[in-house]
Amino acid sequence: MKAAAVLARAEHAVKAPIWGCKACGQCVLHSTGLTCPMTCPKTLRNGPCGGVRPDGHCEVKPELRCVWLKAFERSERLPLWRGHIDDLRPPVDNTLTGTSAWLNLATGRDRQTPAGWGDVEP
Amino acid sequence: MSNLERKLSAGQFVVTAELPVIDGGGHSEIIRQLAPMKAFVDAFNATDNPSAHAHASPLAVSIAMLQAGVEPVMQLACRDRNRLALEADLVGAGMHGVENICCLTGDDVTAGDEPESRRVFDLDGPQLISVTRTLSHGHYLSGRPIKPAPRFLIGAVENPGAPPYESRVRRATKKALAGARFLQLQICYRPELLERFMREARASGLSERLAIIPSICILRTVGGMRFVATRVPGIDVPPATVARIEQAADAQTECFELACELASHALEQPGVGGLHFISFRKDAGIAKLCTRLGIPPRVERELNGYSASVAF
Ligand code: SF4
Repeated sequence: MKAAAVLARAEHAVKAPIWGCKACGQCVLHSTGLTCPMTCPKTLRNGPCGGVRPDGHCEVKPELRCVWLKAFERSERLPLWRGHIDDLRPPVDNTLTGTSAWLNLATGRDRQTPAGWGDVEP
Repeated sequence: MSNLERKLSAGQFVVTAELPVIDGGGHSEIIRQLAPMKAFVDAFNATDNPSAHAHASPLAVSIAMLQAGVEPVMQLACRDRNRLALEADLVGAGMHGVENICCLTGDDVTAGDEPESRRVFDLDGPQLISVTRTLSHGHYLSGRPIKPAPRFLIGAVENPGAPPYESRVRRATKKALAGARFLQLQICYRPELLERFMREARASGLSERLAIIPSICILRTVGGMRFVATRVPGIDVPPATVARIEQAADAQTECFELACELASHALEQPGVGGLHFISFRKDAGIAKLCTRLGIPPRVERELNGYSASVAF
């Protein structure tokens, strides 16, 4: 097994039990109050959606508390990265699924976005 | 430039409405649906499989509206299409001169009558806004150029009536920064939550950045009220409001009165840039409500000007 694959497995072994990691390969936990947005049934990177129930539970899975509600609450409690939840996170790069986000962070690969992303007013 | 964009740029009050969903009946059905409300409305939303029920596509309906001489707002939701399909529909819309685009995340497939469908959500609402702006600047997400660039007026939605109430304005601000210039709000049966949203939007400057347009829904029956209260994701109807319609001698009149109260309350909020009306059946409800609220027909507003002040 290649080193990168070993790392991906080790990372998942750590993150899955704690955060329910879905191995998207481009971790944004720090900007979402250490709440994994890939556990949102709509996999929103910029949630919450407009369907959150009055009791704070998920539109799709009523037994689940809205992942993004947790993200907002927890981000307020983090000593670092507090305002980062308001950043516009780019679309998921589906070619990174299953790769190590740690490695992608180290190489900067997780911050690469398509050329047309984040276009600002000319 | 669309008429809606011209009005928003001039800071004028706008009236938008939802065109009821189209299945059969072709162009003549669209013309029939438009007839009773056309005189009052600046632009009509063509919805995108609302509540996850399939209907004629928003692009097809938007083109038909242009042909019928009215201005569409093409809604585009992230539930049913990946980013390639969304870009294709947007560029196709641009090709036909459909300029007003309203980007939303969308209800989940489980809200609909084909819950076994695959949900997509390849992009989310804020990302779709950003991608639409990219297209309007002359390239696809990949960077590949589009010449000439399509012209879009980009809008979004937000729900003041869903938790986390304290973060809704922040999320709407993210949409404004991504490129949204108008914000149609979800129907809200809790006036105190709309008030809160507007208060925070004024305090943060959001209401200066984009036009905030609350939605008013005209229902007719007890069954309709119950459906909205229990089956539409994100709409929280207080039990007392449902009971009010259930116990009314004439549910239709009571529903209309309720819509009137909510609309005049929305108009009282400083910073409101317009109203969006939803009436599920073709009839003169929207025209009647505008008249009651003192909102003149479109042509009259264009000639004499109008600023939202409640004449009630
Ligand atoms: S309610 Fe929350 S967890 Fe559920 S789909 Fe919407 S944003 Fe995701």
